[in-house]
Amino acid sequence: MIFQLILIFIMIILAVAAVIFKDLINAVVTCAAVSLITSILFYFLQAPDVAMAEAAIGAGLTTAIFIIAIKKTERYEK
Amino acid sequence: MRRIISLIILAVIAVGFILTFSQIPFGKDKIDVANYYIKKGIEETGAVNIVTSVVLNYRGFDTLGEVTILFVAAIGLGTVLFVEKKVKEIASKSEDRSKRASLILRTGSHLLFPLILLFGAYVFVHGHLTPGGGFQGGAIIASGFLLMYLAFPKQSIDKKSFSVVESLGGLIFVGIGLLGLVFSGYFLTNFLPKGIPNTIFSAGIIPIIYIAVGLKIGFELTAIIDDLLGRSR
Repeated sequence: MIFQLILIFIMIILAVAAVIFKDLINAVVTCAAVSLITSILFYFLQAPDVAMAEAAIGAGLTTAIFIIAIKKTERYEK
Repeated sequence: MRRIISLIILAVIAVGFILTFSQIPFGKDKIDVANYYIKKGIEETGAVNIVTSVVLNYRGFDTLGEVTILFVAAIGLGTVLFVEKKVKEIASKSEDRSKRASLILRTGSHLLFPLILLFGAYVFVHGHLTPGGGFQGGAIIASGFLLMYLAFPKQSIDKKSFSVVESLGGLIFVGIGLLGLVFSGYFLTNFLPKGIPNTIFSAGIIPIIYIAVGLKIGFELTAIIDDLLGRSR
């Protein structure tokens, strides 16, 4: 239980950081970390199906798609 | 003024949420639908993984809708990015894109790629036995292809064969649904024998549909990545 609370706390910090960061690559990486922690929490909530989908799509593919988009546009937020 | 209005709206929404959630009996044994699935799911569908039995048997038509949404999204993305590609091709001919990935990435992806494909296939073939299924397995396969794209910047997939497999996956899904209509009278009915639970040849149509969906989703997401990188010939 304490472990899950720590994870939720880290997740909130990372989510706020993703909004604050001006470097979009950092923001995307923090988003991926939020997805990863979400999938761990789903696993603890006994939803392994959702956890797998979250880990593969949220932390893997979405991050890559965001990074491709950033590479083709601009890296820093104005 | 705007801040005050937005605060009021937020307060209204918060009150609505609190009133709604206070009505739901969390953690209590009162949700009839869930109880029905847990008690009768294995017996009625033959799938040990109850999530799969809901996704493909009780709510199979919704899954067909989800697959269609992803298909339309992939088509839309391909259409939008196709216009841009024509312009880019002329530009990219002048600049030399001969950057190579690092040795670690190349060797690692050579080793990992077959294992990732195997794991993805395992996840969607065993969708009715273990956690996971077509969507998860497809996403895992697509992430394997993504790794290859990162490691080998000059190569790309054969788009035509990929779209053939993708279309076949969709066709098998709809075809099995129509066969259910022919044999049992309802679209997407389980018309095959249910078999013994916990074995791989059980649960009737569920494994067949999940294999089709897994291949479809995996190749579709790979095609989306390919479109975004703008690399195919």
